[in-house]
Amino acid sequence: MYSFDIQRPTTVADAVAALATDEALPLGGGQTLIPTLKQRLSAPSVLVSLSGIAEMKGVCTGDDGALCIGGGTTHATVAREAASSYPALASLAGHIGDPAVRNRGTIGGSVANNDPSACYPAAVLASGATVVTNTRSIAADDYFQGMFATALNEGEIITEVRFPVPEKAAYMKFEQPASRFALVGVFVAKYAEGVRVAVTGASEDGVFRWTEAEAALSSNFSADAVPAAPSGDGMISDLHGSGAYRAHLVAVMTKRAVAAAG
Amino acid sequence: MPKDHGIGASPKRREDVRFLTGAGNYTDDINVHGQAYVHFLRSDMAHGKINSIDTSAAEGMPGVVRIFTGKDFEGVGGLPCGWQVTDKNGDPMKEPPHPVLAQGKVRHVGDPIAAVVADSLEQARTAAEAIVLDIEELPAVVDMAKALQPGATKVHDDLADNLCYDWQFGTDTETTDAAFMNAAHVTTLELVNNRLVANPMEPRVAVGDYSRARDEHTLYTTSQNPHVIRLLMGAFVLGIPEHKLRVVAPDVGGGFGTKIFHYAEEAFCTFAAKACNRPVKWTSTRSEAFMSDAHGRDHVTKIELALDKDNNFLAVRTDTLANMGAYLSTFSSSVPTWLHGTLMAGNYKTPAVQVNVKAVFTNTVPVDAYRGAGRPEATFQLERVIDKAARELGVDPIALRRQNFITQFPYATPVAVEYDTGDYEATMAKMEELMDIKGFAARRAESEKNGKLRGLGVNCFIEACGIAPSNLVGQLGARAGLYDAATVRVNATGSISVLVGAHSHGQGHETVFPQVVAEMLGIDESMVDIVHGDTSKIPFGMGTYGSRSLAVCGSAMVRATEKIINKAKKIAGHLLEASDADIELKDGKFTVAGTDKSVAWGDVTLAAYVPHNYPLEDIEPGLEETAFYDPANFTYPAGAYACEVEVDPDTGKVTIEKFVSADDFGNVVNPMIVEGQVHGGIAQGIGQALLENCAYDENGQLLSASYMDYAMPRADDIPHMANYVVDHSCQTPCTHNPLGVKGCGEAGAIGSPPTVVNAVIDALHSGGHTHVSHIDMPVSPSRVWAAINGQ
Repeated sequence: MYSFDIQRPTTVADAVAALATDEALPLGGGQTLIPTLKQRLSAPSVLVSLSGIAEMKGVCTGDDGALCIGGGTTHATVAREAASSYPALASLAGHIGDPAVRNRGTIGGSVANNDPSACYPAAVLASGATVVTNTRSIAADDYFQGMFATALNEGEIITEVRFPVPEKAAYMKFEQPASRFALVGVFVAKYAEGVRVAVTGASEDGVFRWTEAEAALSSNFSADAVPAAPSGDGMISDLHGSGAYRAHLVAVMTKRAVAAAG
Repeated sequence: MPKDHGIGASPKRREDVRFLTGAGNYTDDINVHGQAYVHFLRSDMAHGKINSIDTSAAEGMPGVVRIFTGKDFEGVGGLPCGWQVTDKNGDPMKEPPHPVLAQGKVRHVGDPIAAVVADSLEQARTAAEAIVLDIEELPAVVDMAKALQPGATKVHDDLADNLCYDWQFGTDTETTDAAFMNAAHVTTLELVNNRLVANPMEPRVAVGDYSRARDEHTLYTTSQNPHVIRLLMGAFVLGIPEHKLRVVAPDVGGGFGTKIFHYAEEAFCTFAAKACNRPVKWTSTRSEAFMSDAHGRDHVTKIELALDKDNNFLAVRTDTLANMGAYLSTFSSSVPTWLHGTLMAGNYKTPAVQVNVKAVFTNTVPVDAYRGAGRPEATFQLERVIDKAARELGVDPIALRRQNFITQFPYATPVAVEYDTGDYEATMAKMEELMDIKGFAARRAESEKNGKLRGLGVNCFIEACGIAPSNLVGQLGARAGLYDAATVRVNATGSISVLVGAHSHGQGHETVFPQVVAEMLGIDESMVDIVHGDTSKIPFGMGTYGSRSLAVCGSAMVRATEKIINKAKKIAGHLLEASDADIELKDGKFTVAGTDKSVAWGDVTLAAYVPHNYPLEDIEPGLEETAFYDPANFTYPAGAYACEVEVDPDTGKVTIEKFVSADDFGNVVNPMIVEGQVHGGIAQGIGQALLENCAYDENGQLLSASYMDYAMPRADDIPHMANYVVDHSCQTPCTHNPLGVKGCGEAGAIGSPPTVVNAVIDALHSGGHTHVSHIDMPVSPSRVWAAINGQ
């Protein structure tokens, strides 16, 4: 990697100030950024580490009953501390990468990066969660804007993600054989107002809501109610599977998620 | 009761103490005072004409010592190929130059264009970015069939086309054609043996050092055979005589074949250390390994099997395209020919076997030996076509194999080799017992209840190991002998250093070899150590590959130990005032036969080195013997494998529920290590069958260039140990080496891929997907789904 300076602020305010520097980049758990730096594909002058900011860490329940997770909270912590309040989310966090990844990677980093094959975006979108930053709150439906694209402005930091806790939920991931990222991952969440279904790994536009399935499942929450697979147009096609295969898996994983949610 | 020491015991691997406590000494752990670092600027295009390389800006950058390009290697030799194949017209294979740094053209992604030597690696990388390249991109040839079409872009402009050789071997065409004409049934199968990346845990490293005062070169390198590197690099590339060149291969973290070969980076570091008058170090990144380590396999084959009305095999005929990549790597030419064609008879008494191979140059990384090297390719073709034939004929695949087994030994095949011994019925029966074949139907029914398809796959294989009789391979085009050597150096107090030509890079020689010597002498294993991996210490041996270490180098060690025993008996006879013919050696004690007169091992060794009362006129002092051993034949390990898979028809995912191997390795010295070798080999075979895929796009870009896209087998891809049964109890000892051993390193990787694919096809047929006769490896979920759905 190229040389850079590193800053380790302990408050969100200091981090925001540090990120105002030209060519500064925020560093969460570093699970994407560090490999990118090692390959010399990115050359920041300053890295602003967010891992020393206590106010961005931890899992708690808000006054409205939502599960609030600090942006700097690692996957391992979520897997442990959300296990009783939101088991489907905890299970998702507990199956990202391997133990080394889970003990470094953070929810804020994952959601900010919005990798089209990452797991967390599916949970955030299916839960209708709110992405809280240092300046505002963004509804999940407005937040994800395509592969690696989000509503975040430059220098904006995800301080918290608030998840309304569903009545029932499950995440089913079919792993890409090499990376074990989601080839297709489907998060199904049933709320009193209806069912939300979010799909990661499949679409060239990143995480998306499968609205046909949501409609069908909102009236009949059973695996049999899951509609036929969506079209393969616009689905990712690569070494590991065609768009048609991914589209097929969207339906299979949705059925399995509904069955697992019970 | 199992033995607790010597041959047949399973002492724990003594080398693991240092490996597991971080105390190993790998090449990257070696740092020479004052060393500089090299970064190779590699081609990012598959094929291009080099118009100019402007290094002027880069040369002035901080820390730069010197920048090298192909021009600096004009007049220096290219990387040699160690095996000359003669084609079916009697012409030698095409052997284009393989420069250390690209000259005139780049021919694959990863081809080194320039090398920047600097005080630090980061400075070298930064300076490399300032090199201005003018390279005109040319169309790339990737697909072998297209590469052979008239008018195809040529990888090497000086050759007529992209054909390296067109080789034919085995039964003549007239006889073969007649067998097919008379056949009651012919089964045909077209298949791909997928290209693999070896991926040893330790990437390659080279450190070149040069002493001006002594005019001596040292190369520290990650090699399976330091003497071979010394010979190839010294004699063919750099012109350094052997006594001025030392090659050290210290602890090496896995090789799997890919560290046999002599690579450009080794020659570069040795050359540059003298040119810069500084030690020069290179450590491969994992990304570089994907595009510079020789790849494995990559054959496309059509195989035909002819049977008579009673299902006896009449003839096998194959047509294979074998990918050489852009240049000929060290043993590349021998893999699809002599290591592949000679195994096409398999375990069967097929009277006619004809093998046709066209080797093809493409704009891809060179392809060479990888665990099994040619034998997995042969086994895969034969065992897949037999399985397909059984299905077409509606007969039991086990019975069809059994009916055609070779049962009389020695057996001369139609493809040159003579199997000295074997018992294929025994391994088949053992496999059936361990697999509980009879219980399969019930297990299948249970899987079906859960919506899964269960399949049973079986496979037999034979391999030729212990490479090789030098006279024979010399006739076949090898440019080296393939003996090995060992020196047994007994010290004054009786401890022993055994200096061996074999190289251990995971095999466990440091544990196994002392078991043999200690057993022969009747002394404690802790008194024996192995020295390997340094040409300045060990006798000239050919290193480790082809499951040869114990069969060839171990035999040399036995011969040298026999010489030690003979001499020690003479010394003991003198000490005991008896004829050496009457001396017996047992439990580390020399006894005069029929008496209670004896001397201990240590008394004799001390006498050899403190020869005070010693018959110097008859016996030299000292106790050190060397033997070179050249095998009389290959060894022929064989086995029967089986596995059961579950296929999820909704996703196409294949899970291996149980895997059984019944191998015949002849005698076994350390059962635990043999079992570990087979476990590892099968895991690699499962990797090839289900996961691993080195893929290029049509422009020659490497699609699977990292672990994000190249799928390695992991622990949870392998069955639980209770269902991962490796057996070696069927033993027909090799008839021509002193230990009766055959070799076990490659068996797992040879026997398992067809076993897995046969099981998947069986599962799909049980689910009614009878249109699926074959799926190319890796049998990934998407490929299984596509096959089921006719896509």
